[in-house]
Amino acid sequence: MTEWLERHIPKMVLAPSFAAVLVFVYGFIAWTAWVSLTRSRLLPKYEIDGLIQYERLFNAPRWDTAMSNLFVFGTLFILISMILGLMLAILLDQKIRTEGVLRTIYLYPMALSLIVTGTAWKWIMNPGLGLEAMVRGWGFESFTFDWVINPDKAIYAVVIAGVWQASGFVMALFLAGLRGVDGEIIKAAQVDGIPAWRIYTAIIIPSMAPIFLSAFIVLAHLAIKSFDLVIALTGGGPGYATDLPATYMYTMAFSRGDIGQAASSAMVMMGVVFAIIVPYLYSELRAKHD
Amino acid sequence: MKYTAFAAVSAVALACAAPAVAGPEAEVLHWWTSGGEAKSAAVLQQEFADNGGTWTDMPVAGGGGDAAMTALRARVLSGNAPTAVQLKGPAIQEWYEEGVLADISSVAEAEGWADVLPGSIAEHMKCEGKWCAAPVNVHRVDWIWANAALLEANGIGMPTTWEEFNAAADKLLAAGITPLAHGGQAWQDATVFEAVALGILGPEGFHKAFVELDMDTLKSDEMAAVFDQMRKMRGYVDANFPGRDWNLATSMVMNGEAAFQIMGDWAKGEFLAAGKEPGKDFLCASVPGDGFLYNVDSFAMFEVDGEDKQAGQDLLAKLIVGPKFQKVFNLNKGSIPARVDVKLDAFDTCAHLSAKDMGDSADNGSLLPSYAHGMALRGAQSGAITDVVTAHFNSEMSSAEAVQMLADAVANSL
Repeated sequence: MTEWLERHIPKMVLAPSFAAVLVFVYGFIAWTAWVSLTRSRLLPKYEIDGLIQYERLFNAPRWDTAMSNLFVFGTLFILISMILGLMLAILLDQKIRTEGVLRTIYLYPMALSLIVTGTAWKWIMNPGLGLEAMVRGWGFESFTFDWVINPDKAIYAVVIAGVWQASGFVMALFLAGLRGVDGEIIKAAQVDGIPAWRIYTAIIIPSMAPIFLSAFIVLAHLAIKSFDLVIALTGGGPGYATDLPATYMYTMAFSRGDIGQAASSAMVMMGVVFAIIVPYLYSELRAKHD
Repeated sequence: MKYTAFAAVSAVALACAAPAVAGPEAEVLHWWTSGGEAKSAAVLQQEFADNGGTWTDMPVAGGGGDAAMTALRARVLSGNAPTAVQLKGPAIQEWYEEGVLADISSVAEAEGWADVLPGSIAEHMKCEGKWCAAPVNVHRVDWIWANAALLEANGIGMPTTWEEFNAAADKLLAAGITPLAHGGQAWQDATVFEAVALGILGPEGFHKAFVELDMDTLKSDEMAAVFDQMRKMRGYVDANFPGRDWNLATSMVMNGEAAFQIMGDWAKGEFLAAGKEPGKDFLCASVPGDGFLYNVDSFAMFEVDGEDKQAGQDLLAKLIVGPKFQKVFNLNKGSIPARVDVKLDAFDTCAHLSAKDMGDSADNGSLLPSYAHGMALRGAQSGAITDVVTAHFNSEMSSAEAVQMLADAVANSL
């Protein structure tokens, strides 16, 4: 009996959460896929009608804007956050005195909700209230910083706020990585008279490859999920210049009563996530087999 | 999102576990939760209780009704619809097609709604010939508000044509005053757009373009002229307009920072709340051109089980269209009564103008539904048009491109 229990208790304990995940994640993914093939409007309908929703989606200029915004935002957000995070981590790693305090200060933005970040930056970047008004108030009358209200630049304003929020977190990841590098190797390199920048570029950073990968995965999914930051910062505007796939999906499902269209955009978003995650999972699994 | 819907259903299920009471019962889903609107809703609630009914309030705030619609969907899908729901325009017929609306023709006929409501507004309340909703008020959308002192100081009268408006705006611009107070949110862009479209296309063209979605009208040269005027309007707003809320734009007019605003008559509430007097501190007029664009709030009645609930539904419908509620409610809200036989003594001059124009335009067929406020088209189509309007307004797009994009977007949304 005890032996039977020992063998089966783990399964029994895991079963409910497994069932919940099966239904609420994979079940609903399947449901969304189904609905994306129908002409559902206000309420879901279940008669399959081919790929009409995908055709509509790829014909919509607003969706094009949303996807190219995702690309611009995702690339810049990930790159700048990683570069800034790495720089901060390296600077903090110089055995300075108040490291604990500084680390906390840089990490704190991550503790804020994106709504707060978005609202604060909306005010900071608003030309009439924020930076521009302040600098002009100092007498530099020609100073302009109107990205947040300029349709061509607004997406970069979103990048600024996003980077501010995430780079501290990336710094913490990298700092942990830096501390994990074997000190003996570094000392050996120092004995050989290798300059510090070479130690970083040739030894420390390459040995942190797994950290880069984790940081990339975390940032990539933050970028694809981005919704609240845009809603708070620009509301998708000016016009729909800062629309992202997530805000597009929300608008279709909840403001316009166009569930089929929302479902098809959700499926495309999932495709983008898979395109990033699957190669990662594949390489992880292969590494284990080797 | 699915979790939210699930949570909403469970929360609602718990909330509904109230004890059974005899007498008329109504559970009312609405999003009148702020200031004057909440006060207006309380008026109805009080009157319902005075007539022996039990009112279960279900206010869902947020997103201009989006959150309430999500809650409604969850309730309908779980087979437990509220008695009455704040719905408007073609959304009423859209829900009817899902087979969930009730027939309240008996009340409507007993109360003689057909005689007291303007024809085109009554049509919105009918589903395949049967009454299924009750109108609460009529907001006029095509208003132009102005700061009286500013106009006088610059020697400008209220414009009656778009040329006059442009001339006045250029004059103000030269004097260093922002001519048009505007908030760069998609629905506000759409509000200005439809006011311009009504003036340039005329009532008939407006109906063709935004009710019938007639492709020839959508692609016509007149439509290009509408976009040309929108490009002009873009030059009349201040640089800092993106994202501004409509009431902040209204206070710009109040404070003399800007001369005009094009906005529905809810803007009047802002002026009045600040102690401004119509005709003296601020002026109201219809935008240049003929016609009247309405935005009518209404309650749709959902199919419910049980005599108590059906009695509640009938009582509610009767009270909503009743003269007493129509008067008190609309005094609070700034709109005018939907029924034409209510005495308007207590209303201000702007409301008098609105009521007179509504009567006139109903007679000559230019009483038209507002597309920007979801009265003319279903969500997918009106959203597609708004996307083009706001994209044009916020970029350097040419009118020809905009017209082509408009036709494509409408075709793609069908």
